[in-house]
Amino acid sequence: MANAPLTIAGRVFQSRLMLGTGKFASGELMRQAIIASGTEIVTVALRRADLTGQGDPFANILDFIPDNVLLLPNTSGANTAEEAVRLARLAVAAGMPNWVKLEIHPDPRYLLPDPIETLKAAEILVKEGFNVLPYINADPVLARRLQDIGTATVMPLGSPIGSHQGITTRGQIEIILAQATVPVVVDAGIGAPSHAAEAFEMGADAVLVNTAIAIASDPARMASAFKAACEAGRAAYEIGLAEAATEASATSPLTTFLYSEN
Amino acid sequence: MHEIGARIRRNVHTQFSAILDALPQRKSPLMERFSALLETKSPAQLEAMARESRAITRRHFGRTMRLFAPLYLSNECVNNCKYCGFSRDNPILRVTLTIEQVVREARHLVAQGFRNILLVAGEHPRFVSDGYLDECIRAIRDFVPTIGIEVGPMEAPEYAQMVQAGAEGLVVYQETYDRALYAEMHTAGPKRDFDWRLACPERGYEGGFRRIGIGALFGLSDWRLEALRLAAHLEHLYRQCWKASFTVAFPRLRPAAGGFTPLTGFPDWALVQTLCAFRQCFPEVGIVVSTREPAKLRDALAPLGVTSMSAGSHTEPGGYTGAGTDDLHLTVRGRRVDLNDKADDARAEGQFGIADTRSPAAVASMLSAQGLDPVWKDWDPAILTPLSHSSGT
Repeated sequence: MANAPLTIAGRVFQSRLMLGTGKFASGELMRQAIIASGTEIVTVALRRADLTGQGDPFANILDFIPDNVLLLPNTSGANTAEEAVRLARLAVAAGMPNWVKLEIHPDPRYLLPDPIETLKAAEILVKEGFNVLPYINADPVLARRLQDIGTATVMPLGSPIGSHQGITTRGQIEIILAQATVPVVVDAGIGAPSHAAEAFEMGADAVLVNTAIAIASDPARMASAFKAACEAGRAAYEIGLAEAATEASATSPLTTFLYSEN
Repeated sequence: MHEIGARIRRNVHTQFSAILDALPQRKSPLMERFSALLETKSPAQLEAMARESRAITRRHFGRTMRLFAPLYLSNECVNNCKYCGFSRDNPILRVTLTIEQVVREARHLVAQGFRNILLVAGEHPRFVSDGYLDECIRAIRDFVPTIGIEVGPMEAPEYAQMVQAGAEGLVVYQETYDRALYAEMHTAGPKRDFDWRLACPERGYEGGFRRIGIGALFGLSDWRLEALRLAAHLEHLYRQCWKASFTVAFPRLRPAAGGFTPLTGFPDWALVQTLCAFRQCFPEVGIVVSTREPAKLRDALAPLGVTSMSAGSHTEPGGYTGAGTDDLHLTVRGRRVDLNDKADDARAEGQFGIADTRSPAAVASMLSAQGLDPVWKDWDPAILTPLSHSSGT
């Protein structure tokens, strides 16, 4: 039986794996990885794309993205709400969808998102009709504030971008999941397929992976490894994992006598 | 000169002075680690450092390399720096490009693929005067997405003007962090003020620059000490200027007019060790290698931790298109002296000699062959352009 589809802002996706497009050794390797991953949502940093509509051959990253995936422009490079809003509007003006991955990380060292600017930008963009997918630290209160505003998802980080540390914010993400009224996408820090599977087993609705696939020696094969892990993790979640326990459980039940007829 | 003197008195303060002066005796934990990485290593240890450096670089920057080109606006200068071809007492052919010529040079670079141009000029209040740089920036910003400047130090409000004009990157190398040697190398001009220059990156940040490049010239002071001081400066800047991204460079002295000979050695292995030590201590710092290094070495360094490279560079104003050759002159005691007799192939003097003379396309092919994506555009000016000025909105 197939996993349940994912619905974001009324649009239905069969794949729960989103891909980032930075750090690939070439546009062609990126394209192959996108195809192998089965993803239906691909995010692109607007600063790397040609926004003039003149088809700049030296900024042609969009040419390598297959037509059948949703292009999710991201605002990476913006340091403030104002800059992010400007980028999102410009993307629409350049003919891109009114979906935006809202990324505001003024600190280029750890690339941790600025919660205050993110909230401000989300308020403006939601009002303007954008489907906003905000990248945030794993802060349950911020996640609630954003979903109250009307963002399409929340995207808490597992650990800092590119760190490959996996889900170090597990406790906080569990709270976010418990409180979620919109899909929760675990973004950043997913360095191995097992990390992705873990996110799904926890109940995440989707994950976003970039570095681990982009810098692999065979990005397409790594992309299909992630695809398999995502599907496995999600299936396990839907079926329901048996709870882990520290002690062995008795195979002969201890309380059946309560229900016996004699 | 009175105005310059007044300016120098205004804002030379940086808390880094005290940190610098306490080195190498007193070091932060990170600088202790950095120093240990610069100790003598066996070839096997250096190899291990290189592998670690490559892995960290891949994680943070991916399999990519950003490309940029310098565009020299003027080789006029009021300073005397013993190692620099532009020194005011060098009897070289000089020129300051007109705005039209700057546009022509920039268009040439854009046609080659560059979307990131660094405007470079000597320091001369008469030739590179008020408003000239702003005008250069404004003249090219509509077709050059990323503009950086490498010019004489300014006050924060002047930097703010540059940012407003459309510049986003600032490059200022301390040259040497050794105060005594600095005094010996810089014998005339406003550049003699060590602290005015030292505080420059922080003034640039205050003025709104978000990409700041620092560096030291290697071949002046002991390389280990120089690298340590540069690293300490970077550590300080990361703390003080948290919204800026930084790059470092370790340019080695090259042959230049004036015939200066390097005072100390900085062999290839030391360059590799320095690069790897920076990468291990600052995983997110950009590392720049220019065409002053030979092709073979640049190819070998590319995957080790370098994130940004120039290509096909000229260090003389007008070097890309021949612009400005009709205006070549000498400058004596701050005054222009026209040439009576000029050879047909006369060119303005370059700042230093280029070692890697390959074309940008050839460098891009080399990178692709190594599995590194040459990234030409990595910034969009729309991020900083007020909505009323940006197209389509």
